[in-house]
This record gives sequence, structure tokens and C-alpha cells, in this order.
Amino acid sequence: MSEAAVMHSAVEPAETPLTPESWGKLGMWVFLAADAMSFGCLIVGYGLLRHASANWPVPSKVLGINLTALMTFLLICSSVTMVQSLSAIKANDMRGLKKFLLLTILGGAAFLGLQAYEWTHLITERLPEVGLSFTTHLFAATFFVLTGFHGMHVTGGVIYNSCVLAACLRGRYGPKHVEIAGLYWHFVDLVWILIFTFVYLI
Amino acid sequence: MSDSVTAQAHAVPAHHEELGFWRTYVFSTDHKMIGRQFLFLGLFMLIIGGLLAMMMRWQLAWPETEIPLMSWVPEPYMYGGILPPPTYNAFFTMHATIMIFFVVMPIMVGCFGNFLIPLMIGTRDMAFPRLNMLSFWVGLMSGLVMLSSFFVPGGPAASGWTAYAPLSAQAAFTGVNWGQHLWIISLILLGISSLMGSINYITTIVNMRAPGMTYFRMPLVIWSLFITAILLLLALPVLTAALAMLLFDRMFGTSFFLPAGGGEPLLWQHLFWFFGHPEVYVLVLPAMGVTSDILSTFSRKPIFGYHAMAFSMIAIAFLSWVVWGHHMFISGMNPLLGTAFMMSTMVIAIPSAIKTFNWLGTLWGGSIRFTSPMLFALGFVSNFLIGGLSGIFMASTPVDIFIHDTYYIVAHFHYVVAGIIFALFAAIYYWFPKMFGRTMNEALGKTHFVLTYTFFNLTFFPMHILGVGGHMRRIYNPTQYDFLQPLQGINVFITMSALLLGLSQLPFIVNFIGSLITGKKAERNPWQANTLEWTAPSPPPHGNYDAIPVVYRGPYEYSSPEVKEDWLPQNRQLGTEATAARAH
Repeated sequence: MSEAAVMHSAVEPAETPLTPESWGKLGMWVFLAADAMSFGCLIVGYGLLRHASANWPVPSKVLGINLTALMTFLLICSSVTMVQSLSAIKANDMRGLKKFLLLTILGGAAFLGLQAYEWTHLITERLPEVGLSFTTHLFAATFFVLTGFHGMHVTGGVIYNSCVLAACLRGRYGPKHVEIAGLYWHFVDLVWILIFTFVYLI
Repeated sequence: MSDSVTAQAHAVPAHHEELGFWRTYVFSTDHKMIGRQFLFLGLFMLIIGGLLAMMMRWQLAWPETEIPLMSWVPEPYMYGGILPPPTYNAFFTMHATIMIFFVVMPIMVGCFGNFLIPLMIGTRDMAFPRLNMLSFWVGLMSGLVMLSSFFVPGGPAASGWTAYAPLSAQAAFTGVNWGQHLWIISLILLGISSLMGSINYITTIVNMRAPGMTYFRMPLVIWSLFITAILLLLALPVLTAALAMLLFDRMFGTSFFLPAGGGEPLLWQHLFWFFGHPEVYVLVLPAMGVTSDILSTFSRKPIFGYHAMAFSMIAIAFLSWVVWGHHMFISGMNPLLGTAFMMSTMVIAIPSAIKTFNWLGTLWGGSIRFTSPMLFALGFVSNFLIGGLSGIFMASTPVDIFIHDTYYIVAHFHYVVAGIIFALFAAIYYWFPKMFGRTMNEALGKTHFVLTYTFFNLTFFPMHILGVGGHMRRIYNPTQYDFLQPLQGINVFITMSALLLGLSQLPFIVNFIGSLITGKKAERNPWQANTLEWTAPSPPPHGNYDAIPVVYRGPYEYSSPEVKEDWLPQNRQLGTEATAARAH
């Protein structure tokens, strides 16, 4: 019945729906609004703690920028390929969809791999070197919580995009599902740019 | 109506395959069954929350004496039925947590949100039925985790429902380790559950209203649930993120909120109340919506100032984001900031007053039917008025500094938040026939109202006097303080009233269970109301309507001169409107 309910709810008459093509699109926007609040809370908390701290290190000197700039570049590229995969499936070009969505997934996975490398390097070498650790200084604690929370979102996105790709190839999902996944992926990308700015650059 | 929808507007027959027991009653995706599940969860938790309150009241009236029937509780949680201080702390923490997160939210938002939204906007189910089912199951898991904290070593969380750091941030401060962990985990789960719920509510209301059901033809209860869902959506992630930081402080040795490690205890207060004040309106807005619908129905009059009612709820929702600092007047914040919060808080009294006056305007000149739901709705209005007025007192910083953390505050928020129980009962009496297909007993309902209303006020009103007399909130034994000795008589009086308030719920329990089993079969529209849910069978089948209704007017056309009855359902087509509808 649930499937039936979903199916006929989508075709029954309704008064001025905002996203008549798909309920899921509005649902994703609504979810992203909530998710923005949780990221906002963490970023504001980070700002407040940093503002109140007397001995906050200069982030770029501890963290280094080059690797993270590459990660940011990868994530932005994966957003571009996400857009291209949407236009491919809209044009019914399944080979293009496969190529570009796979590239998106790869971009996300590469980001995660680099982040894992970065974390390992920080935990085992760099942070002990400068005498900061997760438990002794809020610089490290806020860094790992913010980038970790974002990394969880990227992980979720990679899994989500893989599921969308599999479902598209089986013909179960269409352009609207790719579009919704794209909303999520662009959001994760956008949040990373904020985190990169606040946590690494400033 | 947009063209794409008109093109799809062919009637789709609702075909119903038979579902087995498990998919009908347990793993149901039907919004009505999920609503009922939330109702039973909330009522069960209400009993636990109420019993905790009564045990605390016993301790306050007759400190360190044996609580009847409680001598079975093992040491160190109780000593032969005597409540020790750590358990007392745990009880007031869990009383508030359970009442707010597991009674009012599951019933007002979870149960009535689920049950009413699709029925009252005229659609078959929520936008995401499976997400809806998941929302209930995660919510139930959250409740079970919270209850399980009673059975771990050290007992449940004991740092108050506000979990102020650093008290909550290290086990050594309260002596509670796993209880507080579970408290945090449970509320994170609840945040996920309510996130899924609010995504569903918002999407359903925005996208799935029946043809003709414009935003300003929606019943006010739907408006209130819509705004509540938006508040929940934006407020709970803030709590979730703050709880995650608190959990890191406790489990992994960070110090976000611990000053010893460079953290900021005030950050917790800001984040908590940035969530916490919208949360107050999450609790009270659905109660206001329910009250508006019930007052109009039983006054047989249109609601007074429909648009003003909707806009004042929107105004309350906006303002609720900029008043959180009034919980923190004595936290040492900049007095200038305190003044800003004082003014924003006082401004929020204006939309609340608009609502109150409009309720009175609705009653004025109506032919009032004093049914059980009507009595409870009136009870909500009067208690909300008292709670709202005392709120203006404490909004002003100089007064608040004097009464902060006294029983005056306890009196205030019980008039508002515990007062919601009146709207909650009103809603149960009003929609019971639709939910279960049977009618509740009116005589028992009225008895329940008279007893509850009397003992509610006898319990909570004297707390104002205690508070002004300086009686601190959350103290274990008031007789330890000389200056409180003269007030001890009031404490005893309050406790006796509270115990009687608890007993006053017996008629409800008898009525609820009895009516479920042997109640008279309900007709479709027992209250002669206008809104769409009353046009469906009682209880509505899976899929709700044979055909999606078409809406021709607002929800409150009572005593309309156009028809000889004193009600005019939203979907009844009158001669002149047939052409208008076609043009639309």
C-alpha cells in the first residue's frame, strides 16, 4: 500500500504544489535547511570558542593549505560533473550519465581518501609536533568535529550517489532522482568551501 | 491550479489490498496508524512523567519520609522508599525531559500532526510514508533509550533537562555516567525522528493540499502544525549539534563546555536556549491551533480574525528565534544585550495577546456547546492567559533577577507547558471518534475536566507565592532553610493537590480504555464540524477518501446564512459556487 499511496499521491490533483514534478525535491530542500542549521551551529560554536581563546594558533601554519586546496578543487570538480550527469540523463544519454556520475563518486571518494591521509598525518605527526591534541586544545577538537561532520556527509553522499547510479542503470531512477542527489551534493560542496575558509584560511 | 496537475487530475481509484497484522498495526506506513502509535507512546510516557512528579512532590511536602508503595526500589536509588538527593535530581531531570520530549511532542506533534495533516488538507497520506514510519520507530527507540537510563548504574541523567555545562559535561559532577550518555544519545535520536517528521509535514502541506485548499483555507490547527514543523526543523539540529559536542566532552575528553580546558560553559547555554525557546513554541503552537478549531466549532461561529490568527502564529515563530537570552539574564551577559532580549520578549506578548483576544472574540455571542473538548479548550485558554501574563513579569530583567530559579518560574512554565495538557485532552476528546471510530463518554469527560482544572490550579497557582517568597527551584528539602519554614504549609497543600491531580486522571483512563472497547459507534461528523476529516468515514480507511475532496471555502463557516444547518463543510458545493469552482 505504501508504494501505491506514493504512486497515486503523485498524480492526484492538488492545490498549487511547489514542486509538482517530485515531492522528494522539496523534501531534500527542507532537509538541507535543517542540515544547514546543524553546520551553522558547529561553525558558530567554533567561532565563539576561537574568539574566546587566548592562544589559538594560526591555522595555516599548523594545517598547511596545499593539500586541502587540492581537496577543495576535487570537490568543486565533482560538483561540475554532477551537473553534467544531470544534463546527460535529461538528454537520455545513459553512457554520459554513467561516466559523469562515476566521476562525481570518484571525486568524493578521492576527497575522503585525502582527508583520511590528512587526519592520519595530523594525529600522528603534525599535532604532537606543535603540542596540540584533540583533548588538550580546542583548536584540534573543533577541527576534527567540523571536518569529521563534513566528512560524514561526503561519505553519505558517495554512498547515496552510488545508489542513484545503480538505480538509474537499472532504469528505476530518472532525471528527478539525479537532480535531488545533486542538490545534496552541491550543498556538501558549498559547506566545504565555508569550512575551508573558516577553519583553514582565516 | 497549475496545468501539469490538471493534466494529471484524472480520478485514481484507491485500491486497497488486505495487509497482514504486522503491516497494519506495527510496521504501518499509514499516517493514521502512525499517529495512533505516537498517541499510545505519549500516553504511556505521561504516566511515568506524572508519577515522577508526584514522588518529588511527596519529598517536598514531607521530606525524607517513606513514599507509599515505593519501598521495593533498591538502594542506593531509594532507601526503603525514602528519596535520596541524587535520585531527586534524577527525577526532576527525567520528569521535564519525558514531559517535553516524550509526551507533548509525540502527542501534539507526532500524533495529531500525523493524524490530522493529510485528513484535513484532503490527501491520502503523507508525502513520504516510509520515512514517516521510520520517524516513529526512531522516536520509539529514543524513548526506550531514555527509559533504559533508569536501569544503568548511577541512574538516569541528573543535571536538569537543560543539562547546563559543566555540570552535565563531566560524570564526576553529578555522579551520573551512563545515564547522562544515554540521555544525550536518546535526544539525538529524537532529533533525527523529528527531523524526518518535519520534512514530511512541510512537504505534505506545501505540495499535497486538495484542490481549492489554498493556504488561507487551511484550518488553523494545520497552520499551527506547519509552523511548528518549520520551527522543529530549524531548532532541533542546533540541539543535536550541541549534544554531539557535549557527548565528545563526556566520552572523548574534549572541553567545548569545560572552562578548565579553555571551553565556554555559556556557549552551551546559548546553543541550548537558541534551540530551547523555539522548542517552547513547538510545544504551544499546536495547542493554540487545536484550541482555535475547537472553540470555533463549539461556539458555532467563524473564528474571530482568521488571518490575524495565522499571521500572529507566524510572528510568534519569527520572534521565537530572538528571545532565547531571557533564560540567561543572570548568566552575566552584557546588560545591553539583556535589555534587547527583554524587549524582544515583551514584543512576543503582542501576537500571543492577539490570539487570546481572538479566542474571546470567537466565543462572544456564540451559541456555545459545553462538550468535553470545548471545556478543555477553554481550560487551555485560561491557563495560557495566566502563564502568559506571568511571562511578561519575568521578561523584565529587574524582576527576573529577583525571581530567577524560584518556584515563580516553575509556576509560570507549568501554566504554559503543563497547561498544554488541556489542549492535548481537548484534542483527544475531539478527534477520538475519528481516530478510533467510537465516541467517548461525555459525563466522564466532564468529570475529568472539572477535577483536572480544579487541582491543576490548586497545584500550580500557589507556586507563584512560594516563588515570590524566595523558594528556590530544584531544591531537595525546603525545611532545611529557616526562611522557607513559614511556606512549608503551602508545599504540603501543593503536594496534596498534585496527588489529587494525578488521581483526577483516573476518569480519563477509564473513559479512554472503556470507549476503545465498548464506546458507541461514531458517525462521520459527530460534532457537526466543517473541516475535511469529518467527511471521511470514522475511522477513515487506508487512503482516507474515495475521491480527493474539492474545497470551496474556509474551515469556519458556522451559522452561515447560505444554508439552513449551522455548519457548512469545506467541500460542500453550493449552487453559485459550482461556476466559480470551474473558473478556478
